Amino acid sequence: MNIHEYQAKALFEKFGVPVPKGAAARSAAELETALAQLPEGPTMVKSQIHAGGRGKGTFTDGFKGGVKFCSTKAQALEIAGKMLGNTLVTLQTGPAGRKVQTVYFTVASDIKKEYYLAILLDRASSRPVIVASTEGGVEIEKVAHETPEKITKVFIDPAYGLADYQVRELVFKLGLTGNEAKNAARLIRALYTCYWETDASMVEVNPLITTPAGDVLALDGKVSFDSNALFRHPEIVALRDLNEEDPKEIEASKYSLSYIALDGNIACLVNGAGLAMSTMDIIQHFGGTPANFLDVGGGASKDQVVAAFKIILGDPNVKGILVNIFGGIMDCNVIAQGIVEAVKEVGLKLPLVVRLEGNNVAAGKATLAASGLKLVSGDTMADAAQKIVKLVAA
Amino acid sequence: MAILITPETKILIQGITGEFGARHTKLSLDYGTKVVAGVTPGKGGQFFEHGAHRVPIFNSVADAAKATGATVSAIFVPPPFAGDAILECVDADLDLAVAITEGIPIRDMIRVKRTMTGRRTRLVGPNCPGLVTPGTGEGSKGGCRIGIAPGYIHKKGHVGVVSRSGTLTYEAVFQLTSKNIGQTTCVGIGGDPVNGTSHLDVIKLLDADPETHGIIMIGEIGGSAEVEAARWIKAHCRKPVAGFIAGSTAPAGRRMGHAGAVIGGAEDTAAAKIAIFRECGIEVAATPSDMADALLRAAKAKGVTLS
Repeated sequence: MNIHEYQAKALFEKFGVPVPKGAAARSAAELETALAQLPEGPTMVKSQIHAGGRGKGTFTDGFKGGVKFCSTKAQALEIAGKMLGNTLVTLQTGPAGRKVQTVYFTVASDIKKEYYLAILLDRASSRPVIVASTEGGVEIEKVAHETPEKITKVFIDPAYGLADYQVRELVFKLGLTGNEAKNAARLIRALYTCYWETDASMVEVNPLITTPAGDVLALDGKVSFDSNALFRHPEIVALRDLNEEDPKEIEASKYSLSYIALDGNIACLVNGAGLAMSTMDIIQHFGGTPANFLDVGGGASKDQVVAAFKIILGDPNVKGILVNIFGGIMDCNVIAQGIVEAVKEVGLKLPLVVRLEGNNVAAGKATLAASGLKLVSGDTMADAAQKIVKLVAA
Repeated sequence: MAILITPETKILIQGITGEFGARHTKLSLDYGTKVVAGVTPGKGGQFFEHGAHRVPIFNSVADAAKATGATVSAIFVPPPFAGDAILECVDADLDLAVAITEGIPIRDMIRVKRTMTGRRTRLVGPNCPGLVTPGTGEGSKGGCRIGIAPGYIHKKGHVGVVSRSGTLTYEAVFQLTSKNIGQTTCVGIGGDPVNGTSHLDVIKLLDADPETHGIIMIGEIGGSAEVEAARWIKAHCRKPVAGFIAGSTAPAGRRMGHAGAVIGGAEDTAAAKIAIFRECGIEVAATPSDMADALLRAAKAKGVTLS
């Protein structure tokens, strides 16, 4: 689960990570009250969407920049009015962009130097890793590729936690001394506590800055959480912004379906995550384009199948459907009955190819054949994929 | 021989009285697996009954292991308590803990894995279908089935399968059995980013197992476990190996069902892993329908008989 920058900053403050003073506004009426909380002077106006590249983004009405520096609060108010309710397109949003429903004002800090700091899971060692770099404000992937020597990593032993010598190593590698070093050390410890205590899957500060006064601040903040751990963090669940999620994905989650919308036109309905992914792959392999990832899970009740069909058909791009079920323990006949009822209930008009395999498959295929529905049966995944690609192309 | 488990292995089930655990305990008993104990704290002294089977239930793993000689546990405990259930196996010095549970917080697994370091217990999973060593009976009955895989699709034989995905494992096994090629042991290592046994761990075991003549390795986007295994195969494994990687069409940064199936950078995409498989001499299945055929191609090239 992801949260907005302004929420991340509030979380940082709670754990003692210094951030520039800021205030968020969700409506035109709130703009002035939010600004009133900041001192007069240079102010940043920041569009709040769950996507990166905001500064270089363009609004659909032509207004440029989702993050703007303003020399006065009056100017900030004017700029914020242009952002709020407007749709921002960035490299990460796709061409449709995201509607800006919250604007965040912060005091514009004097920047001495920018750094990079992040904490995430290192899968190879199964430990948290802190990644720091003297190159802040740019994409870390680029730094890793071009100047890997400018990146420092420390791996945390979960039995001990973050050790002082590791904090010192990070601070010294960043070239910080004196007050800056002390402040950075305090910030790194606080950020690690924030990461660990909230079950975050990643916290990223880019840039982390030093100021001429010797302060060290998180100028930006990106936090995502392990969704498996949300059950023990109701305060974090409360930060979820449904406006940032695909409505079809929200609907799917209500039925415990794992659904991800894609750009293609062949929808798929599959049991199991690996099989669902490779069903998308095989559609592409035979020249089609998958419209979604959809895992109905191990149980796949009739209600779930009906819900799945409705969600799939809610995507106007879909021109055909491929159902791929490997009924290991599940009875294929029960699944077949679910498919028949679902298709009748939603009044399906699009081509449908069904590939059933596994337990009691003969009865399942007989149920599909006797249903009178216009569906095509596929024997293997390859056979089914080729058939649906052909039907959609026709 | 098989790896990790044999038809003689005595297993216990943590969470035997839960709906999920109970259902699969019955299927394992029907398969002929030696389920000798169940563990549900507070229900010690009761019995799990299924047909002629009467499986004693204990309050703790240590009690169950001591009383019955069980050396392996299958964990069907809900996510908030599953990390604790794994540690209970470690403390009881079991040989193997198989965590079927999906949805364990990553932080719990980071701590559990650290705590297991240097202990004798091996972990398979979590978020996995478990393991099957097929037996010689009808529908491979008489084997050892730990977890949730359909037993009947297997056949006793000479191919080892290792995979992060349950249904893709079944797909591979089904293709093999349909071609009359049996399996030694099939291991689902699970789809989580922090897990116990890795692809490489299983590959090493299969490589050392004289009865295993060929290997299918199934992976997906995210992490570098398949790459690590592929490089070891190139350097050490003389057996034919076929591979498949799911997720060629997955968008970067999105979690594709499995908690661990997420592209983090240029190196953990399907294309990157497939390229390394090829470089390491692994016969790549072009589609999931091609997994058994890919192994047959690899076996033919090395002059190895699979069946």
